[in-house]
Amino acid sequence: MFKITPMTKNILKNLITKKSTRPYPFVIREPFEESRGELYNDIDNCIFCSTCARKCPSQCITVDKEKGIWTCDPFVCVFCGTCMEACPTHCLHHKRTWRPVSGQREMIEMQGTPPKSKKKAAAKKEEASG
Amino acid sequence: MAKTIIPFGPQHPVLPEPIHLSLTVEDEIVTQAVPALGYVHRGLEKLCDIRDYHHMIQVVERVCGICSKIHAMCYCHGLEEMMQVEVPPRAKYLRTIWSELHRVHSHLLWLGLFADGFGFEALFYQLWKIRERVMDINEATTGNRVIVSVNVMGGVRKDLSLEQIRWILSELELVESELKALESTILDDYTVKERTVGKGMLTKEQAYDLGAAGPTLRGSGIAQDCRQLNYAAFSDLEFEPVVEYDGDSYARSKVRYRETLQSIDLVRQALHKLPDGEINVKVKGNPEGEGVARVEQPRGELFYYFKGNGTKHLERLRIRTPTFANIPPLAAMLPGIELADVPVVVLSIDPCISCTER
Ligand code: SF4
Ligand code: SF4
Repeated sequence: MFKITPMTKNILKNLITKKSTRPYPFVIREPFEESRGELYNDIDNCIFCSTCARKCPSQCITVDKEKGIWTCDPFVCVFCGTCMEACPTHCLHHKRTWRPVSGQREMIEMQGTPPKSKKKAAAKKEEASG
Repeated sequence: MAKTIIPFGPQHPVLPEPIHLSLTVEDEIVTQAVPALGYVHRGLEKLCDIRDYHHMIQVVERVCGICSKIHAMCYCHGLEEMMQVEVPPRAKYLRTIWSELHRVHSHLLWLGLFADGFGFEALFYQLWKIRERVMDINEATTGNRVIVSVNVMGGVRKDLSLEQIRWILSELELVESELKALESTILDDYTVKERTVGKGMLTKEQAYDLGAAGPTLRGSGIAQDCRQLNYAAFSDLEFEPVVEYDGDSYARSKVRYRETLQSIDLVRQALHKLPDGEINVKVKGNPEGEGVARVEQPRGELFYYFKGNGTKHLERLRIRTPTFANIPPLAAMLPGIELADVPVVVLSIDPCISCTER
């Protein structure tokens, strides 16, 4: 005998309600305000202190203080946001979106101006010795 | 009838993760099941040699994707007790809220997979549609959908604004009503009952003797829930462990269904009682000595053992997950059932294999 199961009601309801899926990639849901996507460094404010590199649980950041280069390996980064919170100058941020798919292992590399204090110290040394 | 040995897994359509069962069958009836593990061992515990104890929070979160938050909470809770750190009350409440949200989405995930396991695809999609709301709450409040990374030593990293609290409450209202609309299907449908009632029996004595955990234990009539240990904010919230007495797959799924509603209620209670104040305190020093922590994960009791030696690296970290505890009961459930029921019974303990092997 044909029997109406409790699910039948639900299925009929689904036929007349809005779809719950989106035809991605034609319709893309806006990411939430707090979503943690790709990392970027506001490099002009970076003082190359290496705090982010030390605090990062996946150890994917390298900071070259001499040359003023900040590098992050986005293939190792787990988007935890620890570095962003640890940064003393608040120059690290997460974009709300992810990086597009990439066929190559590209690093996020940023070139800034290395901190002056060292140069100053070196200059002072020179003065003292010269 | 001669005995035949049939391998079940490690790759099997109902198993998202690899576990191997060597099934001895006579005719169509299973007479013995011997489980074998070790296909996804990752050695996460050993990482504490090269990652300091703050970094390890992110590592233990990756033990299990579904209850990542609860692993991190257990880890932090244990170390905080060892180091005598007093966590601010607001942080405790926030931890409770996120961990219960994890339980809701884990149980919905399981209920869906279980339905899928016996071929009820429509119910599977319906439940996962509801689950998506909880995932959105996770993403909107913590920044990530699955591995939320909100715990730190001494508290949590994110706070909830009043607006967010209102939104969570309204979303939970929807989750609850949508789930209740499916109640008659989950609990009374002919298909569901036909495939689960009386399948994979585990008596109360067996559950106790074999050390079952979580819904597997409570489905056999033992009212034990680690949340009764009053970690985080559970001491201020009202709840009773959910118990069912039949000990079959149906009882276990009933426990999980009722627990989902219970967790929604707990989140609500916690949101209403959320105290003001700090969300974390600074933790100084390094862990020394030994300590343990136990919390209730969606699948049962989660146990952490720590040994510190005063340096920033832990000397030993040992994790015992609920699925590990539930494998001997599983081996006891299988004999006597038909071969076709094995997938459903295996799913009924909610196996999380990568969790088990860490
Ligand atoms: S912590 Fe901030 S300031 Fe320091 S190196 Fe990293 S990005 Fe630069
Ligand atoms: S988001 Fe986490 S994993 Fe990624 S660079 Fe920052 S600290 Fe490292």
